[in-house]
Amino acid sequence: MIPGAPTGDTLLERAPVLLRDWLVGFLPGPARWAAGSLLMIVAILAVFGTLFAFLTLAERKILARVQNRPGPNRTGWFGLLQPFADGVKMLTKEDIVPRAADPVLHFLAPVALIAFSLLTFAVIPYGRHLVPVDLDSSILYFFAAGTATELAVFMAGWASHNKFALLAAMRALAQLISYELPLLLSVVPVVLATGTLSATGVVAAQSGWKWDLVPRWVVFTPWGAAGFVIFMISALAESNRSPFDLPEAESELIAGHLTEYSGFKYALFFMAEYFGMCALSGMAVTLFLGGWHAPLPLLEFIPSYVWFAVKLLALLLGFIWIRATLPRLRIDQLTRLAWKFLVPLALVNLATAAFWSLSAPWPGPLQLLRWAVALGLVAGPFLLLSRGLTAGLRPRVYRYA
Amino acid sequence: MNAVLILIALVTVGAAILAMSRRNLLHSVLLFAGSWAGVGAFFLWAGAEFAAFAQVLVYVGAISMVVLFAVLLTRRSREDLAPGPVSRSRAISAVLAGIAVAAVLLAAVAGTPLAVSAGPAPAVSVRQIGGELMGPHAAALLVVGVLLTVALLGAVVLAAGDRPENPEDAP
Repeated sequence: MIPGAPTGDTLLERAPVLLRDWLVGFLPGPARWAAGSLLMIVAILAVFGTLFAFLTLAERKILARVQNRPGPNRTGWFGLLQPFADGVKMLTKEDIVPRAADPVLHFLAPVALIAFSLLTFAVIPYGRHLVPVDLDSSILYFFAAGTATELAVFMAGWASHNKFALLAAMRALAQLISYELPLLLSVVPVVLATGTLSATGVVAAQSGWKWDLVPRWVVFTPWGAAGFVIFMISALAESNRSPFDLPEAESELIAGHLTEYSGFKYALFFMAEYFGMCALSGMAVTLFLGGWHAPLPLLEFIPSYVWFAVKLLALLLGFIWIRATLPRLRIDQLTRLAWKFLVPLALVNLATAAFWSLSAPWPGPLQLLRWAVALGLVAGPFLLLSRGLTAGLRPRVYRYA
Repeated sequence: MNAVLILIALVTVGAAILAMSRRNLLHSVLLFAGSWAGVGAFFLWAGAEFAAFAQVLVYVGAISMVVLFAVLLTRRSREDLAPGPVSRSRAISAVLAGIAVAAVLLAAVAGTPLAVSAGPAPAVSVRQIGGELMGPHAAALLVVGVLLTVALLGAVVLAAGDRPENPEDAP
């Protein structure tokens, strides 16, 4: 939150900061810092809480339209009050704790999960002046807070004292740990190319346009595009979204490690899932899609946080679209995809990014060669690996009936 | 500022003491994870951001998982999770081994000269830390990585039984 105004800094751009300063200005000096931090926390909770509520509605509506049915349409206009009805239902439901369960851990699991997933929101730059906490190593912080959620999943599965819940928790952990690797490995090239671990630094490195037309976003480089795809696939798996939603697999596993949860604790798990999805999408926007930068110079009059929101919503709609389109994977297919396909590709991508940064000063005509080599490094291993892994595999033949 | 440090110390040491007094192995592991998070908080308090996040990422995220998996894969039932000492000689040897490890650690800590400077702490950027880790301390980093891999493989070897492969499981 730098008050010093760079170019293209309009009143609308600074509006949230001015509003905060105006509100904090009513307080005596020493309390201002604390009140400012508190306001940011409240703003994040309010914005993402509302986003969560309406994301569930949007998901149900869009899934329904894809499946040719109307979806929720009885509560309010277009079913707009459905999230509140759901909230009241979840709050008033009985909270059941199994007699044999570990009561402390059973209670702590959803609390820890929601706390850690909320922590990740702190470092995402939402706009030119909207960075809640600007850390030197904020990308590391983001993933450190993200990995701690695994502990909560384990606690949930173990504390339920139910063998199915425990088995499902182990499966969920296997998935989370497997996909952590490609997720982190796809981020490393961005850190390598921009030379910083701070999210604001990565966004600053993506500013400007080539020939005043093509934004200098990471996703518009060969390794950036490949890294973005790997990141999004891993993000799908990390947030337990379809086609990787087999930890809960509501139709087969009676919701996996959430079997023994009911009422608001159950809702908290889902809230954490959506928060995780929003945070990972926000990180993807920051790392690959230029953060809050506008796609064209003449569109810069629109405030930066609006651009961030547009990109974030586009990614979230992509998540929903994928859920409506793809069938669920089996657990062995899931781990195979991570270890045999995504991890090698991410490692090769790291080498591609290294080549790309080393060949940056090449003169004019050699730039074509640079693009060709980088594209070859991205496409070659992809084709080889996908051919090699699917060789000898045919669709399953069912012999009964 | 000192109140914060005392709070962090209480959480860290308290969680460690509680972890050792618990009968249930899983409770101990989770309390240890809390203790490690406390160490991370201490690094944060001391201004070492990178070390703090690395501590959380590696210890709370990864090492606690390795320990949890090792505990769960080597136990047959829930009752097995709270074992008493099998025999007196085993209990005594466990205490002796603990004392030996503590003695080595204490000797290492006491034998290391800790330079205390009066001036303000130097601001070290992530880039500098990265350069140090990849340059002069690369060997130590690699050894730590190998150690972690060996620990994980050891857990797998301990836990793996000789079950015949089910042909239905083939991909």
